[in-house]
Amino acid sequence: MTTTNADPLAIAATGLRKSYGDKTVLDGIDLHVPAGTVFSLLGPNGAGKTTAVGILSTLISADGGQARIAGYDVTAEAQAVRAAIGVTGQFSAVDGLITGEENMLLMADLHHLSRQEGRRVTAALLERFDLTEAAKKPASTYSGGMKRRLDIAMTLVGSPRIIFLDEPTTGLDPRSRHTMWQIIRELVSGGTTVFLTTQYLEEADQLADRIAVLDGGRIVADGSAEQLKRLVPGGHVRLRFSDPEAYEQAATALREATRDDEALTLQIPSDGSQRELRAILDWLDAAGIEADELSVHTPDLDDVFFALTATPVPAQSADKETAR
Amino acid sequence: MSAAGQPFRDNLTMLRRNLLHARRYPSLTLNLLLTPVILLLLFVYVFGDVMSAGINGGHADRAEYVAYLVPGILLLTVSMTSLGTAVSVATDMTEGIMARFRTMAISRASVLIGHVLGSVIQTLMALVLVLGLGLAIGFRPDATPLEWLAAAGLMTLVSLALTWLAVGIGLVSPNPEGASNTGTPLVMLPFLSSAFVPVDAMPGWFRWFAEYQPFSPVIETLRGLLLGSGIGTRNAVLAVAWCVGLTVLGYLWSKARFNREPRR
Ligand SMILES: Nc1ncnc2c1ncn2[C@@H]1O[C@H](COP(=O)(O)OP(=O)(O)O)[C@@H](O)[C@H]1O
Ligand SMILES: [Mg+2]
Repeated sequence: MTTTNADPLAIAATGLRKSYGDKTVLDGIDLHVPAGTVFSLLGPNGAGKTTAVGILSTLISADGGQARIAGYDVTAEAQAVRAAIGVTGQFSAVDGLITGEENMLLMADLHHLSRQEGRRVTAALLERFDLTEAAKKPASTYSGGMKRRLDIAMTLVGSPRIIFLDEPTTGLDPRSRHTMWQIIRELVSGGTTVFLTTQYLEEADQLADRIAVLDGGRIVADGSAEQLKRLVPGGHVRLRFSDPEAYEQAATALREATRDDEALTLQIPSDGSQRELRAILDWLDAAGIEADELSVHTPDLDDVFFALTATPVPAQSADKETAR
Repeated sequence: MSAAGQPFRDNLTMLRRNLLHARRYPSLTLNLLLTPVILLLLFVYVFGDVMSAGINGGHADRAEYVAYLVPGILLLTVSMTSLGTAVSVATDMTEGIMARFRTMAISRASVLIGHVLGSVIQTLMALVLVLGLGLAIGFRPDATPLEWLAAAGLMTLVSLALTWLAVGIGLVSPNPEGASNTGTPLVMLPFLSSAFVPVDAMPGWFRWFAEYQPFSPVIETLRGLLLGSGIGTRNAVLAVAWCVGLTVLGYLWSKARFNREPRR
């Protein structure tokens, strides 16, 4: 066997394919995630994110391609892969009939912890995820956010080196979402590799070292958040005027601005950084122009998709080197 | 990797999980237990005189019919609880935690074995209850301790066989209702055996089926053990062979089904 645990790539997949009937869900995707980093697979509903997580976590088999997790082959060495990973799927994977605490103890038993160790880990994780109070209640009575937290707490019982989180914040209110982000950041600071799927660019932006955009069964772009945003022309500053004269004056002076004569607004491409904003403000001041409203628009997933899929650009890779 | 070497511990863990479910939500088990209890009372107190017509040349009294009936009711108890297993396995498969189990380094069979062990334990408890009721209404077995032990062993075997079949049924059913429907033959078979009326009293074609289906040798053996009427080697061997055969079949079938990729 050629497996080594010293593989610097926590996740290495090449040419993964999967179809259901004549619907091709994954059409040959490559993924490379260095150990200890956060990787985000970004894509709209139905893009195939859950399918990818399913293959990488040994839940389902691929029709083609290869994947190694922690150096082990997902098909030939599935049990070794399972021992290295923790999975929090898109849909709640808690036992609703028993209490949160019993769910945790169940995990401790399945990880073959001693009774004492199991109790200790359970208490610590329940505390950490703010579930101590609800510990004795059936998990089916938990709110969405609590269920998610219990889900992740259960995933952490075995201290997995690699964690899969499939849309961990979809359906959560903003507050729970931020709690979840905080949890994920803590995981990473402990050295865990995180494979995260999301529909939100902002989430990937907040959390991930590297992002891959999945669309039409292929990775249409990958790189850091910054690199991706540079591919996307959706980010801009919008200036709105009520005075047509000021509008005209600004429009002639600002060459790169896109005009909207009816709404009297100008769109200036911008990454929304403080530096660029200050430059725009300085320039407006210098020219003695006063806009009625200035707003910053950062690219969202729609922009990414528009940019990446509207024109038949071949799959772009912002920097392949770091993945090797 | 400690995981691969500890299927025994995983089985116990999953057994605990299933017993916990049964304790928290006993209504399914209790509902199923209700059927044999009601049937026992109904057969004895309402239909008793009619049903006993075929026994002892039509001259059986109530005590004789109770003696004939209780072993059959015990068998029905086993098949009723196994129907419960089919339903709870099908329910369990719709639970999100299954996906979690499948991505953990545990013994996969333990998920099913936990169900089976839990069901067998519940079945044995149900049998004690039904037997207690039988004794209360006049069932007078004259089994020796050794015969009691053999009877308990036989019931455990039957329970294992039916439960493994039930697990398979639960796995192939798309939902709990489906499992309940597909599992109905498990409950019907005792009625189509010599459990309630002697085979001799049945019409010809029916008699052939009743004689050769697995429940008949089992019930005759159980009667022999409990009532001291002698068990007959042929029936005993047939009964054990049926049970072992069905257990192996059910186990292999269930395992193959469970190893298939999960449906959505
Ligand atoms: N078991 C399945 N059978 C048939 N089609 C499936 C199955 N699983 C997923 N699909 C289809 O594959 C596509 C991708 O699904 P999924 O991986 O869940 O996407 P995502 O997680 O990105 O929303 C969808 O069109 C979905 O309908
Ligand atoms: Mg999904």
